Amino acid sequence: MKWDEFFVTGEPMIYAAMVSIVVVSLAIPIALTYFKKWNWLWTNWLTTVDHKKIGVMYILAALLMLFRGGVDALLMRAQTAVPDNGLLDGQHYNEIFTTHGVIMILFMAMPFIIGLMNVVIPLQIGARDVAFPRLNAVSFWLFFSGAMLFNISFVIGGSPDAGWSAYFPLASLEFSPTVGNNYYAIALQIAGIGTLLTGINFLVTILKMRAPGMTLMKMPMFTWSVLITNVIIVFAFPVLTVALALMTLDRQFGTQFFAMQSGGMDMLWANLFWVWGHPEVYIVVLPAFGIYSEIISAFARKNLYGYKSMVVSMVAISLLSFVVWAHHFYTMGHGVMVNSVFSITTMAIAIPTGVKIFNWLFTLRKGKISFTTPMLYSLAFIPIFTIGGVTGVMLAMASADYQYHNTMFLVAHFHYVLIPGTVFAVIAGFHFWFPKVFGFRLNEKLGKWAFWFITVSFNVTFFPLFILGLNGMTRRMYTYSESTGYGALNMVSMVGALGLTVGFIILVYNIYYSVRYSPRDTNGDPWDARSLEWSTHSPVPEYNFALIPTVDRLDAHWFSKKEGKPLATGKYEPIHMPNNSGVPIIMGAAFFFWGFFMVFSWWIPAIVFGVVILGTLAYRTFEKDHGHYISVEEIERTEKALRGEQHEN
Amino acid sequence: MKIDHSVPMEYSTDENKMKILGFWIFLGAEIALFSTLFAVYFTLQGNTNVGPTASDLFHLSPVMIETILLLSSSFTIGLGVHAMRLGLKKPMMTFFGITLVLGAAFLGVEVYEFVTYVGEGATIQTSGFLSALFTLLGTHGLHVTFGLLWGGSILLQIKKRGFTPETTNKSFIFSLYWHFLDVVWIFIFSFVYLKGLM
Repeated sequence: MKWDEFFVTGEPMIYAAMVSIVVVSLAIPIALTYFKKWNWLWTNWLTTVDHKKIGVMYILAALLMLFRGGVDALLMRAQTAVPDNGLLDGQHYNEIFTTHGVIMILFMAMPFIIGLMNVVIPLQIGARDVAFPRLNAVSFWLFFSGAMLFNISFVIGGSPDAGWSAYFPLASLEFSPTVGNNYYAIALQIAGIGTLLTGINFLVTILKMRAPGMTLMKMPMFTWSVLITNVIIVFAFPVLTVALALMTLDRQFGTQFFAMQSGGMDMLWANLFWVWGHPEVYIVVLPAFGIYSEIISAFARKNLYGYKSMVVSMVAISLLSFVVWAHHFYTMGHGVMVNSVFSITTMAIAIPTGVKIFNWLFTLRKGKISFTTPMLYSLAFIPIFTIGGVTGVMLAMASADYQYHNTMFLVAHFHYVLIPGTVFAVIAGFHFWFPKVFGFRLNEKLGKWAFWFITVSFNVTFFPLFILGLNGMTRRMYTYSESTGYGALNMVSMVGALGLTVGFIILVYNIYYSVRYSPRDTNGDPWDARSLEWSTHSPVPEYNFALIPTVDRLDAHWFSKKEGKPLATGKYEPIHMPNNSGVPIIMGAAFFFWGFFMVFSWWIPAIVFGVVILGTLAYRTFEKDHGHYISVEEIERTEKALRGEQHEN
Repeated sequence: MKIDHSVPMEYSTDENKMKILGFWIFLGAEIALFSTLFAVYFTLQGNTNVGPTASDLFHLSPVMIETILLLSSSFTIGLGVHAMRLGLKKPMMTFFGITLVLGAAFLGVEVYEFVTYVGEGATIQTSGFLSALFTLLGTHGLHVTFGLLWGGSILLQIKKRGFTPETTNKSFIFSLYWHFLDVVWIFIFSFVYLKGLM
């Protein structure tokens, strides 16, 4: 392979990206050395097994990816803003919509959700950590190395260009000859293994580590949503694992799974992809429903309306999510019977979802609503998401779908589902739980500015796409002629995208501003909220709860505040905690290099790093590591300091 | 760490119980993985292109030997876990050792099978059918290979550290894994080989 094939060349924007990558990757170690922070970084963050810190790292990575994916989105909107635009060529445009989709779903929405799960779930169930803290760190580093591997494709070797769904035969070696889709298969594979491990970890955590008295039907709704989500993860991700492995085999080992001419079947890919892909949508949407349930109930000062029906509807959604996949390709031609069945199952999803919408509305009814930033996002979610849902039912009708299929109407629909359904939720959750992790709230005024920019601009960006789609503009089209008349609405959409950018910049500035100026929170419960995570201090001590709370009903913390009865009594006992470990990050690095060499089919170094991966596993199994105990004196010291009392020396 | 002596040692701590539950959930994911591979195989089994068909390729005797080897290994690991619960270190190690030897023999026969197939012009690249066949069998074979490494390292730990809550827990979980591979093989034997021979 020649150097000019290894590095992507010939595009000024790519050169700029290369320069910025080099600058950033030099600046970080230099800054760390200058400020003598290497040791701090290694012991406090990189080797941590603390679920709160892992959660924070997930969310930081997700924010980073939000901006990477956001730049892709801006470039797409800029390219299509005017007819016959030459900002990007067709190939570059293909790469950008592919990476935008993959990054936003797998490296932004998923880790943001998993980050919130990490921060909140053990606290919400009154536990001191997740079931397998070390495995949790492994999950994070696998996700992170997958994300980084996917991102370097832009400058080294070329990005995938066959869409985020990577349909065959387009994604085959014949039609996508660069290494781009090798990156796709291997980076997603690595991150996907991490996600599967997260799924197992949180299932065991929720099933086995709840505080005494917290039966399943007394769990907070977010915990319920995460439990169901992780069941979906455990059964959906292995399908992706297989699909990606077959893609790698087809592209790099000459097998015939998806090649028509030698007995393969191209639509087999589409089926496998969406058997994972549709449940994936619910993996990012169900926890969001959980977040909204928590926030709406907290800020309406009422218990959640229809708790049982919320649970039942989520279980129903999770089951239905596995039997709707073929609605992504009604036009494949699999006959009236199949299309009808999938059409009906798809429309059926609207029923449990509708139940949830009404439950939120009834929770709001006669509530004492306070319009905080997280609440504003939750309130905006309800009508916007309903538009997404209703257009979804339109798309679900197989015969009508022949008109909508692969048009901008579809693009508008899924952005109307995923942005209020997931992005608003993670932002709301971010604002809501931020004080729990850091001990102070984000500034409300800036938060509301960001909210209005984001919500209004979102509609300005995506509503025109419904009309463009109905007018016949297809998706993934890198340019169009003036005579189509698509220009004006695309320009409106571009203006909206700029507004969204402003909104997200305010959001990030708000983090900086609040770190500097926000008043510190003293009682650990700044929102006067309902579930257990608010019963401990903010920021949360390493061991979460000095005494494990006992729960006798839903919203036990709320009633304990009302009735003035503490949730936990008794004397402190030494607390057993897991030790930090460098193995997970080394394993992540080994996976990164293994993946990189796999992408380029450099077998010998790939085998070497494969052996390194096995070595880390062997090290782990022979290692003797029984964790450590936090002594009673240390707990007393920490608790006093967190209550703001003086040390007694 | 609290140790509960009323249950077998592999269940005796909370951490051990969680690890066993976690592994059962992992096996659930493995079922999803192999189900997908079976689905791919069933979809492509008729697409033989210019290559041989299943009935051209398969012979009962090597497959029968593989089946007997793997099924006996599942039996011996069961005896090993039984010996472990009785606290008998030597017999436990012997049965685990026999299990691994049987597993290695199974792999040997499987490799011999693969070499024979390739010799008859049936490679993974020949047709959709063969790609799916080799991938399904290969995934199972890789699981067995990984099991040999894993089981070997557990044997070493038992030898060095004896029966502790950790080592018994690992041994028990490994036995779950091994039984699972046996179950998958029963499906391969029935729905790939026997069906293909018909």
